[in-house]
Amino acid sequence: MSLLEVNGLTKAFGGVRAVSEVGFTVEAGEILALIGPNGAGKSTCFNMLNGQLRPDSGSIKLGGVSTIGLKPRRVWRMGVGRTFQITATFGSMTVRENVQMALLSHRGRLKNLWVRAREQYVAEADALLARVGMREQAERPCSVLAYGDLKRLELAVALANAPKLLLMDEPTAGMAPKERIELMALTADIVKSDSIGVLFTEHDMDVVFRHASRMIVLNRGQLIAGGVPAEVRANPEVQRIYLGSRH
Amino acid sequence: MSVDALLVQFLNGLAGASTLFLLAVGLSLIFGVTRIVNFAHGSFYMLGIYIAYSLTARIGGSVLGFWGSVVLAALAVGLLGVIVECLLLRRIYRAPELFQLLATFALVLIARDAALAIWGPEDLLGPRAPGLKGAVEILGRQFPQYDLALIFIGPAVLGALWWMLTRTRFGVLIRAATEDREMVGALGVNQAWLFTAVFGLGTLLAGLGGALQGPREPANLGLDLMGIGDAFVVVVVGGMGSIPGAFLAALIIAEIKALCIAIGTVHVFGFDFSFSKLTLVVEFLVMAVVLIWKPLGLLGKPSAASRNSSAVEAPLAPPDKAAKIFGYAVLVLLLLLPVVGQMFPYAVVLMIDILVAVLFAASLHFIMGPGGMHSFGHAAYFGLGAYGAGLLMKQFSMPMEAALGLGPLLAAAGALLFGWFCVRLSGVYLAMLTLAFAQIVWSIAFQWDEVTGGSNGIIGLWPAEWLNQKAAYYYLTLALTVGGVLFLWRVLLAPFGYALRAGRDSPLRADAIGINVFNYQWMAFVLAGTVCGVAGSLFAFSKGTIAPDVIHVGRSIDGLVMVLLGGVQTLAGPVVGAALFTWLQDAVAREFQYWRAALGVAILLLVMVFPLGVAGSVKRLLRRREVAA
Repeated sequence: MSLLEVNGLTKAFGGVRAVSEVGFTVEAGEILALIGPNGAGKSTCFNMLNGQLRPDSGSIKLGGVSTIGLKPRRVWRMGVGRTFQITATFGSMTVRENVQMALLSHRGRLKNLWVRAREQYVAEADALLARVGMREQAERPCSVLAYGDLKRLELAVALANAPKLLLMDEPTAGMAPKERIELMALTADIVKSDSIGVLFTEHDMDVVFRHASRMIVLNRGQLIAGGVPAEVRANPEVQRIYLGSRH
Repeated sequence: MSVDALLVQFLNGLAGASTLFLLAVGLSLIFGVTRIVNFAHGSFYMLGIYIAYSLTARIGGSVLGFWGSVVLAALAVGLLGVIVECLLLRRIYRAPELFQLLATFALVLIARDAALAIWGPEDLLGPRAPGLKGAVEILGRQFPQYDLALIFIGPAVLGALWWMLTRTRFGVLIRAATEDREMVGALGVNQAWLFTAVFGLGTLLAGLGGALQGPREPANLGLDLMGIGDAFVVVVVGGMGSIPGAFLAALIIAEIKALCIAIGTVHVFGFDFSFSKLTLVVEFLVMAVVLIWKPLGLLGKPSAASRNSSAVEAPLAPPDKAAKIFGYAVLVLLLLLPVVGQMFPYAVVLMIDILVAVLFAASLHFIMGPGGMHSFGHAAYFGLGAYGAGLLMKQFSMPMEAALGLGPLLAAAGALLFGWFCVRLSGVYLAMLTLAFAQIVWSIAFQWDEVTGGSNGIIGLWPAEWLNQKAAYYYLTLALTVGGVLFLWRVLLAPFGYALRAGRDSPLRADAIGINVFNYQWMAFVLAGTVCGVAGSLFAFSKGTIAPDVIHVGRSIDGLVMVLLGGVQTLAGPVVGAALFTWLQDAVAREFQYWRAALGVAILLLVMVFPLGVAGSVKRLLRRREVAA
């Protein structure tokens, strides 16, 4: 059984099929890249996987269990971490507090009215921050971070519930080239050591070819190719519609 | 109920719809373009009716003189709007929404006292319109000619506006700016000019609405808040920024009101139920239903997200040593007050008022600041707490201690019910729904004579014997207020409070890490309502009497002013703001007749000088010192 199994996933917006009959799997310990030109349906796909959107039809199974109709917060509790294309963090909190929130939520302790939130799970939060290289900035307000650091913070937050699957929507968008390589190398390390499955979308082909174990290509809502990077690169249809301008 | 009665009421409804539309359409227009929720809109309406009164008294004898006065009054109000826009609003377009509200509310206070100074406190009924003084007979019933004229004026104004919006360059710009004002700015349109013109036009329409009301309703100083209440309801029901929506909403509300009057008293299940009494709340009921069913109003469209968000607040920290020592020192002084203050017995009385206000403001801050839910009807829970305690004592003959302890449960129940609806909305719509619920509670207290004592309220609510001395009651109030405020602070520093802020900062991220934002906001609403109810119960026994004015919209707004005055981003803010506000109100009101205007000017200065509130600004100053040192 695959970690994530998607079959026949379809979503239409007012007659336009944004995603049509898409199916793929993600195995534990692999990094699957989802690529495609703008408007191919990548974000729609992601939003269905984490429960923000309800698919019109198709199935999504996480470890054999269907997640259709579950809200993002339920999907998260099943072990799916998510980072957003435009980072979403808690601006009025420190870096560490952002991670502590995820830890408190994971342990079901958010309803507590009495203990000091900032004193909970400090060591664990710092350990997660250390993994993404953000330990030194733990005390800083999240609102003053550089964009690349926000992306790393999101990764730490996503790791807080020891996820089985990470969904990363353009994890390196808005970062400098050097930062991109570093962040994806970091992700690759974590995937290997924790045996997490990763699904990510990306526009930077360098990042994709360097780190993806496999890739799938989406165009106009349809899956047109899949396989190891070398295969996809050689696929004439992919070259035509996706890399056309360069080849 | 006969057909002719129904028809006359239907016509009454049409006339009412015209009035409501004229009152509200300017507000919608202004909001659509400038994104300013102009609290002073009702004041411009009120000034319209006053100015028209003065003009018609001089030249209103002839047909030309009367209608000339109406037009001149509208123009005068529009000109005033232009002046206000240039001097004040221009400076605050980039400010957070709440500060804009506060600034326009300051205008309400100033306009009220200006009207008091110029026209005096008496109601002034203008002359009737020459040529339209009589009545026409419709199916054997008399219908005023003037109301018949009004029925046509409303749609005529709608038509004129529609023509302007669709056929003129100015109108196209207004529509474009309503869709996306940054885009219009980027295309090289002079926004400053556009905003001034729209604000002038909007206030002119409010003035016109007022001037046309002259022959039907006496000019009085209460028209500003009544007017803004009605205008908000119409605009929100129709959809903010939508002019046809405003007309539709005005029509629906006025006709339902008229229908309620036509139905009158109905005998159901052995009870006499008076529909005509419903007229006081019917608009708020309509609004509540519409907002639950269509959160953006009947014809509202989602607007482009505002790009001027407030400054992100600094992370919340528990009080440091210096703050704690300061807190203990204040507490010691407060404990000593009745001993030291024997020479000034009034100090204890004033201090009780201040403490009650502090608890009220702190509970409002809890949902407004960390919760991000701007309640415009927090007085509902204050009133429910007060009435809860009063009713338990009078209707159920409970001892005072039990009534004080259980009274707030009524506020908790109210918050549980209303909160469930309110939390589904956000921003201005949430603010309006909270206001609607507060008005509903107010009108129940006002009208249910047998239980609540109606407008007389409940009298004879005296504390138990051991609390009879003012000093004793003061200590009780002090204990409950300090306890309540410390409890709310504790919760804000606990995981619950963090989860609440998480939902405000980023609902997307909160949901993505397993937080059910709705539940946290709802529970926060209940918690705040309950604490506010404690303040209300304390208030009831400190005064001995309660009347519907404990739930009045004025009190809700006082709460907002207190919180914003102190600073919404700090824990100490509402405490400082409530103390300052209550003390100022007391000190200035006794010395100076125009204390409202003074308060208004003070608020305007605050908004310009201390955009973070008093406590917030002091905190920032201290932090700067630290950095410098």
